[in-house]
Amino acid sequence: MDAIIDIHDIAKKYKGAEHFSVKPLSLQIYKGEVFGLLGPNGAGKTTLISMLCGLLEPTSGDFAIDGKTYEADEHELKKIIGVVPQEYALYPTLSAKENLNYFGSMYGLKGSEFKDKIAYNLERLGLTKFAKKRIDTYSGGMKRRINLIAGIMHEPKVLFLDEPTVGVDVHSKNVIMEYLTEINQRGTTIIYTSHHMTEAQDFCTRIAIIDRGVIYAQGTPSELISSTPDARNLEDVFLSLTGKALRDA
Amino acid sequence: MHKLRMSIQKELLLLRRDIGGVIILFAMPLVLIIAVTLIQQSAYERSGDSQLPILIVDNDKGSVSESIFANMKSAKAFDLITDLDGSKLTEESAKNAVFSGRYQLAIVLPKDLSSDLQIKIDQNVEKLLTSFGMEDSIKVKPPTRKITQKDVKLYFDPAVQMSFKNAVMNNIDKMISQIESKSIYDAFSEQLGTDETQSFDQESFIAFKEINPTFGNKEVKPNAVQHNVPAWTLFAMFFIVIPLSINMVKEKSQGTFIRLRTNPVSSAVVIGGKTLTYLIICMIQFYMMIAVGIWVFPLLGLPALNVDANLFMLTIVALFSGLAATGYGILVGTIAKTQEQSAPFGATSVIVLAALGGVWVPVFAMPKFMQIVAQCSPMNWGLNAFYDVFLRNASIADISTDIALLFAFFIATTTIALLYDKKKRTV
Repeated sequence: MDAIIDIHDIAKKYKGAEHFSVKPLSLQIYKGEVFGLLGPNGAGKTTLISMLCGLLEPTSGDFAIDGKTYEADEHELKKIIGVVPQEYALYPTLSAKENLNYFGSMYGLKGSEFKDKIAYNLERLGLTKFAKKRIDTYSGGMKRRINLIAGIMHEPKVLFLDEPTVGVDVHSKNVIMEYLTEINQRGTTIIYTSHHMTEAQDFCTRIAIIDRGVIYAQGTPSELISSTPDARNLEDVFLSLTGKALRDA
Repeated sequence: MHKLRMSIQKELLLLRRDIGGVIILFAMPLVLIIAVTLIQQSAYERSGDSQLPILIVDNDKGSVSESIFANMKSAKAFDLITDLDGSKLTEESAKNAVFSGRYQLAIVLPKDLSSDLQIKIDQNVEKLLTSFGMEDSIKVKPPTRKITQKDVKLYFDPAVQMSFKNAVMNNIDKMISQIESKSIYDAFSEQLGTDETQSFDQESFIAFKEINPTFGNKEVKPNAVQHNVPAWTLFAMFFIVIPLSINMVKEKSQGTFIRLRTNPVSSAVVIGGKTLTYLIICMIQFYMMIAVGIWVFPLLGLPALNVDANLFMLTIVALFSGLAATGYGILVGTIAKTQEQSAPFGATSVIVLAALGGVWVPVFAMPKFMQIVAQCSPMNWGLNAFYDVFLRNASIADISTDIALLFAFFIATTTIALLYDKKKRTV
């Protein structure tokens, strides 16, 4: 299989910090995968994803996405990635349509094809009749769905999802997960973080469990479960690898 | 270009959705400029309906006090009060009334001021004539007793500002000098025995004539409007720093800033969209204030703003001042982490820049060190350029340095903002 994301010894230590948030790690993510990055709070998931999205510069190491690097092809690389951050990342006083129109145009999308794309995505996620309403009148689940559309309108090759279903109702969650599966089936590689172990077990084709900046294990959900003694599901694997102590810090 | 156009459209949409904010953005500068001009105009041109009440205790009751009363009444700026609460003013009651803040000023004329002044002058004239060997010409011998200096006491309300104090003291000093001069002339006339027709000509020989710049054949006489409109227009334009920096801080807290950083769009386009949008607002503010100066001020009894001085040139100055203001707003918005940081800092720093720039106190009236510091304020460059065009009939070449400085300030602030933003990614 071809690796669409190829990471070599990437590490990150914030200025003034005592420890590395991400210790030198290497990882390959393959085309068409749904790759889950699971770990407790402060494990280094967001730091790793922020580096891959170009929001943070690594302290050492390098990586390429579809053969491109931020140093050499920042603009081209950003065209092929989509980012759905955990926060809503939308203008609350603008309508859904106005938000999508603006963020889509930042990818160079325009014309009737772009309008059709917005209409299709709104329809697919059940938001057509709310399209002209301001985001600040939306429920949490509706905001999550618009947040998702804003990150996928340009049909990225690689999609980064940071907790895409956190705080949403069951119906919204179901629609979001169905749509993400559809996008993945159309060829988009998905890198996904979540605290929902069941959701990750069902959705991901491969998972890495990260803690204290180190990947402790990686493989398909069934490989991880079978290789962990007494584990019945992914949650047991997770607790076995990361321990049961609280991680509030 | 499409991305820039869409960025501008988004910024305009955001502004439209905050109607209250937009009204404040345009209405407050107009309220400011009208209020300040009305206040300053009345300060410059005091009329009968805005006389300053002054307590005056006349212990002299002679020609000097008569002259002081007459001069002050003719000035029409003061309402002279000699009785308070139904009884004649004394030094003690006047002092209490002023120090308690009821009145701003009390003047106490000492006893025998007129008679002692006359004796002092007569003694000096006699001495002078004697030294010329003209003792025979002296008609009346003045008393020989020694005349000591007389104090005209001034009591000021402690809340009164120094500039007001100085102005009042200068006026009284000038008045007393004139009375002294007149008395000296009179004493010479009397001692030399000259009659009315041969007496000294006491009219001032030296007079001041103010020559103002002309536009075409029309003289432009500076007034509060000509001074206030450029100064406060500039001040209001710089207040764009507050909504602009809040807009940027909001983008950070909403997460839209992070999303934009993952999009294939350069920071220059995002900042360019904001700059052009807020520059449009600055220019609308500018034209609105000019319009108020021309058409609304006369309705309020103020002189109309004179824009014979080329609206095109004024537009150029406004454009570069607006660029400097938006550049500063972008810098504040980039560095501030919260609205609680950006709004107070933005407002306070604009007031400091305005004070340094000469919006309140002219730069030439500042201490030497502050005059040097003032040269670093973009509002000083903008104000100089506006005054050059408004009041000095300047050409584009005359204002080119100030305009270049304003543009350099815009480039410097936006560059620092971009570099700061880039540096933050390497944390």
